[in-house]
Amino acid sequence: MQIDVKQLSERVRNGHAGSLARLISLIENAEPQAVEVLETLEDRRGSAQIIGITGPPGSGKSTLTNRLVGALRDRGETVGVLAVDPSSTFTGGALLGDRTRMQSLATDPGVYIRSMGTRGSLGGLSRAVFDAITAVEGSGKTHILVETVGVGQSEIEIASIADTVLVLFVPGLGDDIQAIKAGITEIGDIFVVNKADLKGASRIKTILENNLELEPTNGDWKPPVMLVSAETGDGLAELVHKMDCHFRTLSESGRLHERRKRRHQGEVVAILQRCLADRIANFYDKQSEKKDVDVEKPRAVANAIWESLTDLEDGGE
Amino acid sequence: MSDRRIRVLIAKPGLDGHDRGAKVLARAMRDAGFEVIYTGLRQSPEQIVNAAVQEDVDVIGLSILSGAHNHLFPKIMELLEEQEASDVLVIAGGVIPEQDIETLREIGVSRVFTPGTSTQEAIQYIEEQVGGSDACKST
Repeated sequence: MQIDVKQLSERVRNGHAGSLARLISLIENAEPQAVEVLETLEDRRGSAQIIGITGPPGSGKSTLTNRLVGALRDRGETVGVLAVDPSSTFTGGALLGDRTRMQSLATDPGVYIRSMGTRGSLGGLSRAVFDAITAVEGSGKTHILVETVGVGQSEIEIASIADTVLVLFVPGLGDDIQAIKAGITEIGDIFVVNKADLKGASRIKTILENNLELEPTNGDWKPPVMLVSAETGDGLAELVHKMDCHFRTLSESGRLHERRKRRHQGEVVAILQRCLADRIANFYDKQSEKKDVDVEKPRAVANAIWESLTDLEDGGE
Repeated sequence: MSDRRIRVLIAKPGLDGHDRGAKVLARAMRDAGFEVIYTGLRQSPEQIVNAAVQEDVDVIGLSILSGAHNHLFPKIMELLEEQEASDVLVIAGGVIPEQDIETLREIGVSRVFTPGTSTQEAIQYIEEQVGGSDACKST
């Protein structure tokens, strides 16, 4: 595919939806031109506030996202949404259905929504999400909402990307043991008990609050637990207010910089892992062409490859 | 190295609420390795075209059983043109009388699948038109 890098970059910067969409496809498809375009957008990195939304399947992530975008639009912000749904491990296909809950936003020129398949990633996001965020930032959006796949317990990749992480719970999914397990209960900046009109919501709130009492305080922010009904809009204004408070606290305490650094580190490590994995695979292929590899001894073969590849040490000392 | 997937938007334009066919097809396409963006019921032409542009899809599949295709499809084709997205393959399915098919083809609907079409036939048509989804086949 022939791509005019300069033109695509300019059109993305001007907020042209079709060009942003094309760029994200290039990113997802691991086309080399994607990197060229992204490099021209890097001056806009860090310009948007990134909000992560995670929680179990059916907990109302998309419906809440729809509401939050509406609230942000009401005060004049522009919003990008990256909504991730699972790809099949078997066929690579995916049914991406998050847009179904966001129909009212489809004709708003201040909103860009993109559905993404996980394409093999297991941390609740897609490998392409890091770069897709850079792309959406490049288009000048002030806020980016990243919705993870419906998570079980340990998919916490979102914590390395977002400035503010919302973790959703709903009534009826389990007892207090669920709330004290490690995993997604550790990454919330704000906990949302959604479908708060259902029986048992306030009990979940109490359980979560009791559990949070035992958490070591993370700087000057104590994660609140909010009762919300994304369906009716109850509790939404309070939630948006808390999100603002969290972002302000992060900015004022300097911890925003820490978070952004974490995102940066995640990106660098991911890029290196990919390069290294490709290089190792190539190396293996070449070696096994030259001589038969001992298929009974994966560890010995791996050690031999590792030694001949590199002598990277911690921190490059 | 490319890792391309065929992306398809499945949309229900207009006011009929029958989405069984659309969902069965969406599921079959998922199993064929496509990324299917399902947008739900009662979509306006503007919503459909905006979604198709934002999602950068290769194909739009329109499912309609209300009889309003002669009214809604031209509008969709017009908006695609306006948004520089006329390269998207548009296919349709549902209850569409034989005598309307030629008119729809003239405005750019690539193929109309009438009741009785197998899901495989539709999938095969898409693969022929926009290229295989298998990452191993592409370069």
